[in-house]
Amino acid sequence: MADAAALGETARELREAYESGRTRSVAWRQAQLRGLLRLLQEKEAEAFRALHDDLGKHHAEAFRDEVGVLVKSANAALRELGRWMAPEKVWVPLIAFPASAQVVPEPLGVVLVFSCWNVPLGLSLEPLIGAVAAGNAVLLKPSELAPSTARFLGDNIGRYMDAAAVKVVQGGPEVGEQLMEHRWDKVLFTGSPRIARMVMAAASRHLTPVALELGGKCPCIFDSIAGARDLRFAVNRVVGAKWSPCAGQACIAIDYVLVEERFLPTLLKMLKSTLKSFFPEADHMARIVNARHFERLRALLKDTSVAASVVHGGSMDAKNLYIEPTILLNPPLDSAIMTEEIFGPLLPIITVKKIEDSVAFVRARPKPLAIYAFTGNASLRRRIEEETSSGSLVFNDAVVQYAIDALPFGGVGESGFGQYHGKYSFEMFSHRKAVMKRGYLIELMLRYPPWDESKVALMRHLYRFDYFSFVLRFLGLRR
Amino acid sequence: MGSDGEERAPEFGSMVGELREVYESGRTRDMEWRRSQLRGLVRLLEEKEEDIFDALREDLGKPRGEAFRDEVGVLVKSVKDKLQNLGKWAAPEKVETPLVAFPASAFVVPEPLGVVLIFSCWNLPIGLALEPLSGALAAGNAVVVKPSELAPSTAAFLAANIPKYLDSKVVKVVEGGPEAGETLMEHRWDKVLFTGSGRVGRIIMTKAAKHLTPVALELGSKCPCIVDWLDSQRDSQVAVNRIIGAKWSTCAGQACIAIDYILVEEEFAPILIELLKSTLKTFFAKPGHMARVLNERQFQRLGALLDDPRVASSVVHGGYFDPKTLSIEPTILLNPPLDSDIMTEEIFGPLLPIITVKKIEDSIRFLKSKPKPLAIYAFTTNEKLKRRIIEETSSGSVTFNDAIVQYGLDSIPFGGVGHSGFGQYHGKYSFEMFSHKKAVLKRSFLIEFMFRYPPWDDGKLGMLRHVFRFDYVNLFLALLGLRR
Repeated sequence: MADAAALGETARELREAYESGRTRSVAWRQAQLRGLLRLLQEKEAEAFRALHDDLGKHHAEAFRDEVGVLVKSANAALRELGRWMAPEKVWVPLIAFPASAQVVPEPLGVVLVFSCWNVPLGLSLEPLIGAVAAGNAVLLKPSELAPSTARFLGDNIGRYMDAAAVKVVQGGPEVGEQLMEHRWDKVLFTGSPRIARMVMAAASRHLTPVALELGGKCPCIFDSIAGARDLRFAVNRVVGAKWSPCAGQACIAIDYVLVEERFLPTLLKMLKSTLKSFFPEADHMARIVNARHFERLRALLKDTSVAASVVHGGSMDAKNLYIEPTILLNPPLDSAIMTEEIFGPLLPIITVKKIEDSVAFVRARPKPLAIYAFTGNASLRRRIEEETSSGSLVFNDAVVQYAIDALPFGGVGESGFGQYHGKYSFEMFSHRKAVMKRGYLIELMLRYPPWDESKVALMRHLYRFDYFSFVLRFLGLRR
Repeated sequence: MGSDGEERAPEFGSMVGELREVYESGRTRDMEWRRSQLRGLVRLLEEKEEDIFDALREDLGKPRGEAFRDEVGVLVKSVKDKLQNLGKWAAPEKVETPLVAFPASAFVVPEPLGVVLIFSCWNLPIGLALEPLSGALAAGNAVVVKPSELAPSTAAFLAANIPKYLDSKVVKVVEGGPEAGETLMEHRWDKVLFTGSGRVGRIIMTKAAKHLTPVALELGSKCPCIVDWLDSQRDSQVAVNRIIGAKWSTCAGQACIAIDYILVEEEFAPILIELLKSTLKTFFAKPGHMARVLNERQFQRLGALLDDPRVASSVVHGGYFDPKTLSIEPTILLNPPLDSDIMTEEIFGPLLPIITVKKIEDSIRFLKSKPKPLAIYAFTTNEKLKRRIIEETSSGSVTFNDAIVQYGLDSIPFGGVGHSGFGQYHGKYSFEMFSHKKAVLKRSFLIEFMFRYPPWDDGKLGMLRHVFRFDYVNLFLALLGLRR
């Protein structure tokens, strides 16, 4: 556990490493990315073990949601690095001739990444990929609530990457607070809105730019699906997006489902049977991270009307921190389970008279990180697209948007601000510097005082790109 | 314009509520509505041009030529640019999906953030209000503009005319001082853009943190100007024109991207100073061609910079302060001490320190030791020096052989880095500043891979491995059971 002086020393070392200039070179950036790939490959078994220790994640889930995604992302960054780093030449109007302009990406400097406990490897290393690709020195602060993964990162990052420029610091909230006493060139925080407020307030003192990836209640609008095959696949994807990612403890997991009254029985039946086939034993689903969250989830069912709405599951094993997949039908909308982010294996289903009513339901609530809709109805699709707002919107699947490099990942409104993944990760940790070059060939005195009306008239033509009138007036052939 | 913050809070509450309601009605999403707002802005700028010139002259003594060059003319150009490009910017962008996701389509769809707040600054009171406003409207937001009370005529002009030319239910102007600003920040906004000092920027961001409101801050800085030896007499004259244009001709140096100080080789300094003196005489022969200092307080602040006797004795030109008219003549200083206020604080006035270096390359080290400014200028034809400046320094922008003009170029982003702020606008960046890029993915039920789901076994893990390496051949073989 680091103390204030040690943290100050860490920040100073990172600053020194950055100022030395070595993180700027393509070679350094490639070396970091390759180092990360080697780490993920050579230490895969240890990574799986850490994720199993911290969250009871099956190693296949750990690969699907964390390790595999990271391998993909690091390879993509290696492949695209040259393109991302290249200056972009932009258009310059004729009036500026001779002139050229470009947008040149440069690293922000020394950046700080706070990751979260539920995808502890992914939420640390995905941003790290972007930050090193962009040429920054990086300090990673993994969540102490996933201690094995934090220790895994602490032990291995320095071995596989440039230990003076990429560091890991261990500790809890106090360490986070102490870190925020320093100025960083950017801070990415993934976690709860409560802590995010403190991070942003602390960042204000230094005018440090921040990006916040927060939670939300991600709704899943489930329309009546015709066709047994399509229905089966849709339900696979719902179960795969609720209970399979970390037992629902994921910011983009489905939080609750909206379905038409008349279609409810079909959906419920399919959910139950799919749950049975996906989770024959407990170890195919993660456990609850710790006793505090277990109690939090248990408390959601304390409300008698909520408890009464349980239609499947509900049993809880405090010793093993295991809650079986649970489905609730129409718990009261003002209950905690319907107002707070659930982040657990409890799925409320809310029925509506007509599926179109879902749109108003979702709009009345804070903008979530993701909205999911299973529907073949083009007009419903269009309404959802145009009338709702969310970090992302996925039709006929869920959670998979996380793995698509070309799509920005991040929230809006209460779900946060700032986006990453793919090139957006690079941009999150970059500054786009505008560079303009002019020459002395042409000098237009109309730019300068002493002022007279003819100068204003000439400028008018120039700002309208009205070169013809400009030339005429300039030559005195027009007043 | 009341000073009682308490009284105004409920008033803003209902204003914000109205704006939210109108935004939720969907009116601002419509492209024709957005175009009509942009056209309205162009008409405002063209029809009310004389009133704008009057307001700028009252607030800052800005001459017409400068007001047109720096505020009105630039704005008309950039709003028209937005009208032209709006369709392109607002269009969904189709992006690649990996083959394993087939069939699928993915788009990045820009949408408005919602209800946004723009704080503008007193020195470019029209430009710093209306450029962001045009971006926010182009992006489909409802907007509140809070002009600076230190430029009251312009604030009044905006309050009177915005409702006439734009949709008054969707665009509001709030007049008032810091208390009004603080009260506004009690509410949640979908984005706040603040242009001004770092001190107030901190307050704004701290208040924004309570609501997790995203902010963009355009702050001040000391913009350095490196002046290298130039090849010819003519080139040197042109450079000096541009330096003067970027210092005294831009609101008497009261501009975030004005040249703050100069770095020049010892031997070249006397030549540069002579050229500056003679050109200043030509440009500002008669009064009324340079803006005045904003007010008593700024005048005192600038005067205090010369209190330090070491600084006062470094004055080589000008130095005359007229408290009656709040005018300060163009003043040049040669090597004031680097620890003096004039060399540590943003000057924002018509005082130009010249710092000499042994070799011009030494400027780079000098710059690197200072906070990152909004702009770095360098008058040089030395390609190696240019490259070093680009690679070894950091700033919002770098401009070679000219200054300030980058502000008028729509294709490059405008904004700071480090202590000069974060967030960029101008051109398409203005649109993006007030937009959310929504990721939209559409999939189908045609193909379903069971290896995505539990119950887990090594076969599924093997296939996932192939998927994440885009190793379709092996994936295919594995699916056919011909390989693990």
